[in-house]
Amino acid sequence: MNILREGRVWKYGDDVNTDVIFPGCYVYELMSEKKMGTHALEGLGGAFNKEAKPGDIIIAGKNWGCGSSREQAVKCLKARGIGAIIAGSFSRIYYRNCINEGLPVVICPEAAEKIGDKSEVEIDFGQGVIRSGHLELHFPPYTEYVAQIVQRGGLVPFIRRQDRDSEGNETEGCNRTDVHPFENETADTKFSMA
Amino acid sequence: MKKTFARKALGRAALRDVVPGEIVVVEPEYCLSSENASASYRVLKTIGVSKVKNPERIVVAFDHTVPAATIAYAASQKEARRFISEQGILHAYDINCFGGICHQIMCQEGYAAPGRIIVGADSHVCTSGAVGAFATGIGRTEVAGVWATGSLWLSVPESMKITVTGKFRSGVSAKDLILKIIGDVGASGANYLCVEFHGSGITNMSIDERMTLCNMGVEMGAKTAVCKPDEKTVAFLKDKIKPGYCELLWADDGADYVKELVYHLEDITPGVAKPSQVDNYAPVTDVEGVKIDQAFLGSCTNGRLEDLRVAAKFLKGKQAKVRTIVTPASCEIYEKAMQEGILQILLRAGCTINPPGCGACFGGSGGLLANEEVCISTSNRNFKGRMGDPGSLVYLASPMTVACSAVEGRISDPRKYVKEESAL
Repeated sequence: MNILREGRVWKYGDDVNTDVIFPGCYVYELMSEKKMGTHALEGLGGAFNKEAKPGDIIIAGKNWGCGSSREQAVKCLKARGIGAIIAGSFSRIYYRNCINEGLPVVICPEAAEKIGDKSEVEIDFGQGVIRSGHLELHFPPYTEYVAQIVQRGGLVPFIRRQDRDSEGNETEGCNRTDVHPFENETADTKFSMA
Repeated sequence: MKKTFARKALGRAALRDVVPGEIVVVEPEYCLSSENASASYRVLKTIGVSKVKNPERIVVAFDHTVPAATIAYAASQKEARRFISEQGILHAYDINCFGGICHQIMCQEGYAAPGRIIVGADSHVCTSGAVGAFATGIGRTEVAGVWATGSLWLSVPESMKITVTGKFRSGVSAKDLILKIIGDVGASGANYLCVEFHGSGITNMSIDERMTLCNMGVEMGAKTAVCKPDEKTVAFLKDKIKPGYCELLWADDGADYVKELVYHLEDITPGVAKPSQVDNYAPVTDVEGVKIDQAFLGSCTNGRLEDLRVAAKFLKGKQAKVRTIVTPASCEIYEKAMQEGILQILLRAGCTINPPGCGACFGGSGGLLANEEVCISTSNRNFKGRMGDPGSLVYLASPMTVACSAVEGRISDPRKYVKEESAL
């Protein structure tokens, strides 16, 4: 199953940190993902918080999501329907949180240089291609299992699926000692970004 | 084949030889949460797991919102307590005489130890590298995944070698060194890397100082930061180490690094990170005289006994010109500071002593800033809005710089006071 995304671009610079994506004063409250969405990029100011629409795509410079491990900084964007994030680079925990929350992310410094605010972009994760106007940029596709986590909507559905037998019946679950979601990965699987 | 620390630590955990870029599935010795265990608990229920795999490997330390300043914080803590009692978590640190900031607890209580894999739902988990652990931050959902399965995947990182030689001059400390390093490397300069601290300069440092260094590894993007375990590490852990694997793993001479840096401690001077980026480094002399409204001494970076002790030296018999918030990193530190008379000195100097926790550092409670207010802080981040209003400004600095700035009501150079002291 391929992942395709298409939408309007919100463009940001380097080192946008999680404190401005989702301010610290909300981090230690238990709240719905919908409510998290209302605080998205609140700390940064600008029009995003009011005007972002489902399907929109974020393109940023390097080190998007640096700072805290708070995963609300991913969830709040997902709650607003952000389709994907393209950045020159990501902070490691943020990148990992995106995979685990099933929000597709792309590392493509060229996109950050060449695609402007409010452009329309199309991302084909299967082929590893970003298109915007006449521009066509390539990025390495996800390794197979990372793609599986994203396609299944994140780590939770991924782990749940591991707990079903071939007929789809629930098994005893994760307490089984012989089960791990990544057990089928080969030793030479390459994935250097988390 | 010469190996880095990361290759050895992850290879040990994966039971095979590993190379950078490779994915390994490992079972961490300990998995850490703060009261954000409440959020992971919700995820655990969504996964549909009724019993965590290894309750004895789970550590929970309430620190970010203690004591609760809002009803929402209280509600979250209540959920975390429910998790602890339902799952029989023994390594739980609530609000009592044992608790403190979770990263302090990991080292102080001997969960972190050489060679161990430690993960946890906070970016500063890397603090435990100070005692030779491979320690890295993950998200809350992933913590629930570790609770459920006992394991997680990690990629084997490339490494950066930082060699430190010599001894600090008077008025200079580990915080000045790490701010300088982050300024040189940049906020993303160590992204995905394991940062290894080598050399006589590290051997000369206390465990408290090593914790300050490793704590801020994440501020340059590092996956983890680690100091070579030595006699000091062994002595520090001797009576407190908790059960589990432990081995003094360290990199081979001649291992492969993507970057190597060398620092001589005699060359390091007091420095700050100017607003609002941690890599916005400047020598303190560049910002001397900047008026401040608040000074903050605390956090997982600099809330330890040595930090409070040195601040008390500067503040003894003086009066802070601005409100000065002091937060010991744990109850143990709080008590020792009380026994040594440090807290009395600080109180008399006009400081407010908070209970152990993270409140002021992340803008949760206990010392927030208003619009246009300026704070000098021993904490680890100075992002826009980090400590309160988005219009406030935070300078990061060492405990000595913060203490002498509190005395003057403006940013000042601690070396001036050190000279006065030695002249007496």
